[in-house]
Amino acid sequence: MAYKIIASQCTQCGACEFECPSSAIEYKGEKYVIDPDKCTECKGAFELQQCASVCPVPKTCVPA
Amino acid sequence: MSAPITWLESLTNTTSSGQLLTAAKSGDCASSSCGSSSRPTDMDSATWEKVKDHPCFSEEAHHYFARMHVAVAPACNIQCNYCNRKYDCANESRPGVVSEKLTPDQALRKVIAVANEVPQLSVLGIAGPGDACYDWKKTRATFERVASEIPDIKLCISTNGLALPEHVDELAEMNISHVTITINMVDPAVGEKIYPWIFYGHRRYTGIAAAKILHEQQMLGLEMLSERGILTKVNSVMIPGVNDQHLIEVNKWVKERGAFLHNVMPLISEPAHGTWFGLAGQRGPNALELKAFQDRLEGGAKLMRHCRQCRADAVGLLGADRGQEFTLDQIPLELDYDGGKRHAYREVVARIRDDHSAAKKEAIATVASVNIPGSLQVAVATKGGGRINEHFGHAKEFQVYEASQTGIKFVGHRKVEPYCHGGWGEDATLGDIIAALEGIDFVLCARIGDCPKKQLLEAGIQATDAFGYDYIEAAISALYATKHGSDRSQLTA
Repeated sequence: MAYKIIASQCTQCGACEFECPSSAIEYKGEKYVIDPDKCTECKGAFELQQCASVCPVPKTCVPA
Repeated sequence: MSAPITWLESLTNTTSSGQLLTAAKSGDCASSSCGSSSRPTDMDSATWEKVKDHPCFSEEAHHYFARMHVAVAPACNIQCNYCNRKYDCANESRPGVVSEKLTPDQALRKVIAVANEVPQLSVLGIAGPGDACYDWKKTRATFERVASEIPDIKLCISTNGLALPEHVDELAEMNISHVTITINMVDPAVGEKIYPWIFYGHRRYTGIAAAKILHEQQMLGLEMLSERGILTKVNSVMIPGVNDQHLIEVNKWVKERGAFLHNVMPLISEPAHGTWFGLAGQRGPNALELKAFQDRLEGGAKLMRHCRQCRADAVGLLGADRGQEFTLDQIPLELDYDGGKRHAYREVVARIRDDHSAAKKEAIATVASVNIPGSLQVAVATKGGGRINEHFGHAKEFQVYEASQTGIKFVGHRKVEPYCHGGWGEDATLGDIIAALEGIDFVLCARIGDCPKKQLLEAGIQATDAFGYDYIEAAISALYATKHGSDRSQLTA
């Protein structure tokens, strides 16, 4: 399982990129993208998904 | 008083630093002693040295010096109810709004471009959108690049304070000499109504718990900055019915912890901005309410009253944003810094500042000697340099001064749509200007036509260009003496 970013709602603030414990988030071709192979949904690292916790826009970092 | 005939306005329009230098050297005073008497009487000389060319930390400096903001740190660790995290609008002027976000390298290019073209530039700030301390790597990278290219530019940041304590030592090391913290409450019960959530220690907090952590970090950060001698300004957003009365308490707290200035700003909450407050119908205070409240705070932490609530990519003097001239597409890819204009301009300012200061002191003494109670509210059209040098029709804002027996004080500003740019809507524009000038007795400008003058008079506002190009305070004192004397001929001329 992994999370994804709804690009149309993303403000591109980049907070998720540096909060992600798995380095799964990258700015690619004008938008932030979560690599599903790297995303662990923060299991074993944090109680809640960091990208979704820091994201300023509701329902924008969501389960893929 | 013989003023040196050095019009800053024409200097800043010159194309070469050579012309500026010639002007700078045409004076007949030893520049080493220049600028020394401009220091306000209530400020020690060490502090004056830190603020005398920082427009946001000194009302006196803001007539001469400019700042620029670069939007390099868009990530934020809190959500405020007055902030909408969409930031892309060229036509709005309010904190947090930008046309483009920059990487540290792009920011360096932009700073060099502005420094080469805007002689008044003295300060680089990182002030949104986002939080400069939370998005620290980008903040740090930007300042390091700029400091190595332009060592004499003052660096400052604006922060919500949550991540401030962990970076105070680095701020001190990097010579970041001025910090602004936005503090809207010292009681988490009030904070809860302003901040829906914070992100701290790898988790999101809401409600009282969030406001409590934020408050503790803000106070700790402020104390740490004070200990290190970093000047701190505290910004507070005045939200009627939410925190307005509480800001009296905030003012006390921040004064006790060494804040240098307290800037109480009105909430901006048009529904179109899509902020939580805007959509909930929460209104902001009007100019008169804001001033009345600021007057109540007098005697506490020193107040900043000249804030223009500028954009996060603002460039230039506070009242005249040139940000749109310096978008990335207008800046060459390869650019070298040339400090000629900036250095020449500083020499000129150092030379004329004392003259302005002496004129100001004389004017204040005149006003104090007129033994009449009551005050006069005067709106001034100016392009900077402390003079009445802007046409009524070109003014995007009027600076408001209050003259009373206690002196002549800058008390605020009123933004307007320029009368001459109204095209077909000039009548509407003048109506809006008259509304914006509520409570103003006089308007002073460099030029004004008979038609707007007459309409202003019908609205109870006397406008005159009789004092065109005079120092602001000198004109106000003459006006004050005239108003309380018998000779009104100047005004009806």
